[in-house]
Amino acid sequence: MSLAVDVQRLRFRYGRGPWVLDIPELTLEQGARAFLFGPSGSGKTTLLGVLAGVLEPDEGKVGVLGRDLASLSGAQRDAFRAEHIGYVFQMFNLIPYLSVLDNIALPARMNGGRRARLDGTSVKEAAAQLAGHLQIGDLLKKPVTELSVGQQQRVAACRALIGAPELIVADEPTSSLDFDRREAFLELLFRECERAGATLMFVSHDRTLEGMFSRSISLPDINRAES
Amino acid sequence: MLALDLALKSLRNRAFSTSLTVGSIALSVALLVGVENVRVGMRESFSNTISQTDLIVGTRGGTIQLLLYSVFGMGSPTANLSWDTYREWAEHPAIEWTIPYGLGDSHRGYRVIGTNEDFYRHYRYRGGQEIALAEGRAGSEVFDVTLGADVASELGYGLGDQVAVTHGIGEVGFLNHDQLPFTVVGILARTFTPVDRAIYVTLEGIEAIHFGWEDGAPPMPGEERTQEEVLAMEEIEITQVTSFFVGATNRRDVLRLQREINDYEDEPMMAVIPGLALNEMWQGIGYAETGLRLVTIFVVLVGLLGMLVSLYTSLNERRREMAILRAVGAGPGRIVALLVLESVCLAAAGALAGLALVYVLLSAGQPIVEAQVGLFIPIRPPGPVEWLFLGAVVTAGFLMGFVPALKAYRTALHDGLAVRV
Repeated sequence: MSLAVDVQRLRFRYGRGPWVLDIPELTLEQGARAFLFGPSGSGKTTLLGVLAGVLEPDEGKVGVLGRDLASLSGAQRDAFRAEHIGYVFQMFNLIPYLSVLDNIALPARMNGGRRARLDGTSVKEAAAQLAGHLQIGDLLKKPVTELSVGQQQRVAACRALIGAPELIVADEPTSSLDFDRREAFLELLFRECERAGATLMFVSHDRTLEGMFSRSISLPDINRAES
Repeated sequence: MLALDLALKSLRNRAFSTSLTVGSIALSVALLVGVENVRVGMRESFSNTISQTDLIVGTRGGTIQLLLYSVFGMGSPTANLSWDTYREWAEHPAIEWTIPYGLGDSHRGYRVIGTNEDFYRHYRYRGGQEIALAEGRAGSEVFDVTLGADVASELGYGLGDQVAVTHGIGEVGFLNHDQLPFTVVGILARTFTPVDRAIYVTLEGIEAIHFGWEDGAPPMPGEERTQEEVLAMEEIEITQVTSFFVGATNRRDVLRLQREINDYEDEPMMAVIPGLALNEMWQGIGYAETGLRLVTIFVVLVGLLGMLVSLYTSLNERRREMAILRAVGAGPGRIVALLVLESVCLAAAGALAGLALVYVLLSAGQPIVEAQVGLFIPIRPPGPVEWLFLGAVVTAGFLMGFVPALKAYRTALHDGLAVRV
């Protein structure tokens, strides 16, 4: 099986600061549901930034879906991320001045590749369909400021999933939800990832969810950088 | 178009600060365009003070001085021309008509002009408009006086009132011709030119009040005439004029005619072309214009700086938004485009609102300004100058947009996806 993520000898630091990441190897098979955990400050978000191509590694190879991000220019990485990666933040995921529908549609409007994979349905229909799957179909016209935290996270998941990107990266998306809502959210996320054939990289410091994933990675164990 | 859509929605989301910013730009643009309109209006009403007159002729001296005392009722003539000289030129084949002016007296600060029926027949202002009477008739008898519209309304004179003329030009004269009062027979319609502020009598009237003043001093006792004596005279001989207006038979002859008059040997005299002299005069005032324009340009810059401050300070609360846009695949270029677009939209909205405001103010204020100040400001569709201003404002908005945009660009690159709020 080919690898969705293939990181080799990665080193990263902010400016001239201390090394934040020093990872000899990290791989993830396609279609995996990986759980990446570690305490706050262990470099989880930084690693996701590198995998998403927002941060440029200082050394090493960052293979994502068969491309080495380290060899791409900034603009190429932006385009790659727009087309192939869906990203969910911990909280405040949404652009406050856009409606629910516009927030979900954003990646598809920004990137032709994502639009092309909508299989002929319009951006609007695809957004509505996803919203239906995540049980927020009745909220599409609402301003995002009127949503509960749980609803906001589902909108964010829809946005990450629209146009079927191959890799979904989620940075503690459930940490602001109560326990039973976390499980429900994860169930929906898994189902949609499976439907789209996407690989999921899920980050959390809360190991109670670990059992739901196919693979579990401890960042402190693979990261040799002192934190 | 996604960036424009985002920019507009983002601006709408911050409606209060957006409308404040647009408002302040609009006010500054309105000031800029308004001042420009007033300037053009002033310039036009200035150069429209007199029209269709080809030459103004007077004694030799400064061209602007001649223009000032003949057309604007300002300053004083140094010497007069003899009546014979005037008649000689008036008969000149290249000259179609003339209007003689005898100046030097006043009434309560308003200039008294001695002239004849040629004034009513030939004087033109603002694109060929004629002198019209609002009341009564044009003065033709020795002691007839016709008042300009402002004189009548400000001094409260009506037909039949008596007017005593003061020797010399000034608010308070002490040498009065008050034993020979004039009677108001006509009031001119308003022209919004210096005509409104003058008093018109006949040349004979001017001669009559100066009997015995030949040496410039009041007549010795016994030399003065009473009104009855003057009226009993069969003919009053006119001896001099101060200046005269000339309409040429053929416009092509004007320059030749001017040279001929300037070279006249029997008496020192000169002719000026009013259009050229007005231009020369306006250029003298031009410095004030430039200063005014500079001030308004700075006001616009201040308005745009306000926009810059508002966009720049909003960036901190928008770091989250920038991180989200980065995460969904927006490159730093798009972030820059978004912020520059916001700035351009603000500037453009402000510029258009300012332009609209000018038209609203102009249409509301035009009659008031015309009535109060006598300045007619024409309302026209925006011309090249207005579009140039608007273009400059939008361009400035575009350039200034790069300041917050580049800051956001750096923040976006540095923050990555971790948002340190």
